Amino acid sequence: MHDARGQIRRLPGLRLWLSGGWLLLLVLAAVFAPMISPHDPLEQDLFAARLPPFWQQGADPAYLLGTDSLGRDLLSRMLYGARLALTVALVAGTLTCLVGATLGLIAGYFRGWADLVISRLVDIWMAFPPVLFAILLIAVLGTGLTSIIVAIVVIDWTRFSRVVRAEAMSQGAMDYVASAQVAGRSRLGIALAEILPNVLPTIVALLTLEMGIAVIVEAILSFVNLSISTDQPTWGGMIAEGRTSIYQAWWVLVFPLVALFLTVLSFSQLGEGLKDYFDPVLR
Amino acid sequence: MQIVRTLLTRLATTIITLLGAAIIVFVVIRVVPGNPIAMMLPPGATEADIARLEALYGLDKSIFEQFLIWIGNVLQGDFGTSITTRQPVFDLVIGRLPATLELSVMALLIAIVVGGSAALTATLYRGTKVEGGIDVAGGVALSLPDFLWGLALILVLGVLWPLFHISGRVSPSLGFEFNTDFYLIEALVRFRFDVVLDLLGHMFLPALALAIPLAAIILQLLKQSLKECMHDDYITLARTKGYSETSIIARDALPNAILPTLTLVGVQFTFLIGGTVIIERLFSYEGLGNMAIDAVINRDLPLIQGIVLVFALLFTLVNLLVDMTYAALNPRLRHA
Repeated sequence: MHDARGQIRRLPGLRLWLSGGWLLLLVLAAVFAPMISPHDPLEQDLFAARLPPFWQQGADPAYLLGTDSLGRDLLSRMLYGARLALTVALVAGTLTCLVGATLGLIAGYFRGWADLVISRLVDIWMAFPPVLFAILLIAVLGTGLTSIIVAIVVIDWTRFSRVVRAEAMSQGAMDYVASAQVAGRSRLGIALAEILPNVLPTIVALLTLEMGIAVIVEAILSFVNLSISTDQPTWGGMIAEGRTSIYQAWWVLVFPLVALFLTVLSFSQLGEGLKDYFDPVLR
Repeated sequence: MQIVRTLLTRLATTIITLLGAAIIVFVVIRVVPGNPIAMMLPPGATEADIARLEALYGLDKSIFEQFLIWIGNVLQGDFGTSITTRQPVFDLVIGRLPATLELSVMALLIAIVVGGSAALTATLYRGTKVEGGIDVAGGVALSLPDFLWGLALILVLGVLWPLFHISGRVSPSLGFEFNTDFYLIEALVRFRFDVVLDLLGHMFLPALALAIPLAAIILQLLKQSLKECMHDDYITLARTKGYSETSIIARDALPNAILPTLTLVGVQFTFLIGGTVIIERLFSYEGLGNMAIDAVINRDLPLIQGIVLVFALLFTLVNLLVDMTYAALNPRLRHA
């Protein structure tokens, strides 16, 4: 038992460093994309179509990771694609968290009819396949960054509200809340000053998970060509293009896929690591 | 008596959930995008066409009346007519549903077999490197979604090492005429094992992609329940009787540890079904989800509406079934 604890204790450090490192790299890539991109991500050159990455035979060193079937530079497209992925992760993740956690806190601590309505809404939401719901919303709202963000918030707020509601309910039954009530604190005051800080570690862990999910949702929407305007480079769009030319140019699929893998894995490992870090039992 | 009341309450909430889902579909499709008739008609439709369709769908009436008309039609199985194919939506959906069901059930089976055996192995070798390895694999499996697993499988088992098909449901070159839409069951019943093999070769990768995250969930929960069981008295008793560790885990611990996992599998099964939407697209598998994405791209609103409702019905029914099975299996709930 002692060994297991020790391992868990040592692992989050490494996990946090690795995942944090990759995400930091990604932020830098996104911010400085216009400066470090070797090519214009939209520039087509049909004479340089489907060039393999640098270590393969027939590669052109000017195109480090090769080109797609229209001769566009993959590295530059990946760097620009990181911009959309990270924007969606940060904005949609945070907004989903705010909406979901607020509703969960209201349902879990204030109970009564608010809890009834919110819980029933969560049940109804659970009746929809999330990807289908997202695609349906995009069909109605039209494509574009705002639509993607709205769709993610509308679909995924239940993830936060379910967990936060349960946590707030168990915290609400604790003695320290009762003593705060006896001390004459207002319900809202207790919710914000007592319940919220105790639920916060869970919320933070969920938030990083949600950012990874937002990246995936955006990639899926781009994959089915329902994200932003088609000429903007996205990882999902690159994957769709790679899927169709998989037998001729595997690298078009592999590089954005690896970026997506690492990003989603990093967000979830960051969440796990933070959860362990905040967990008083493990600390 | 208690169980009857529990079931009735559960049935009532199911109906409320379904009604809520119907309202949301109605609101999203009818109210938000402005004039639905304009979207239902092909470009170049005349004023008379619009008026005729508006009367047909009762759009000259109030929103509430419109909803009643719509829900009345839906209850009678009238989901409207698809704009792109001009066929009744109900027929289209029923024609595609079997493909999705076969894929989902296959994925569920894979998840149970893989997750279950991994949990049993990890319990047998608890405290060793084997358990550590299984835990790490489970963690990675869980943190990546089916979409990414599908892409990875296409690359590794479809292209790099082409063992399985990566698109479609059946090879047209087989020239096999299906009489039903349950291809796999039909091929099995007609003893056409070449067709069965071909179908499985198409189904395996998408089913595995859907199964991997669920297998990881089964692994984690079942392993935890098994570990808790291993400290119980009857296990010690079985050990003193000299049974092997393998037989103790399989025969004594497993039946006692399996209930929480079963419940979770039920709930997670709906998530798996939801995943078919994008996985079918990825593998060009002709199921309901793939049709849904086409419908959205073609703005075929009656068809989208029908598919979303069928998914919602499927989800709530699976949840209801899980709750009822749980109530039937759990003696504490039965006699409460």
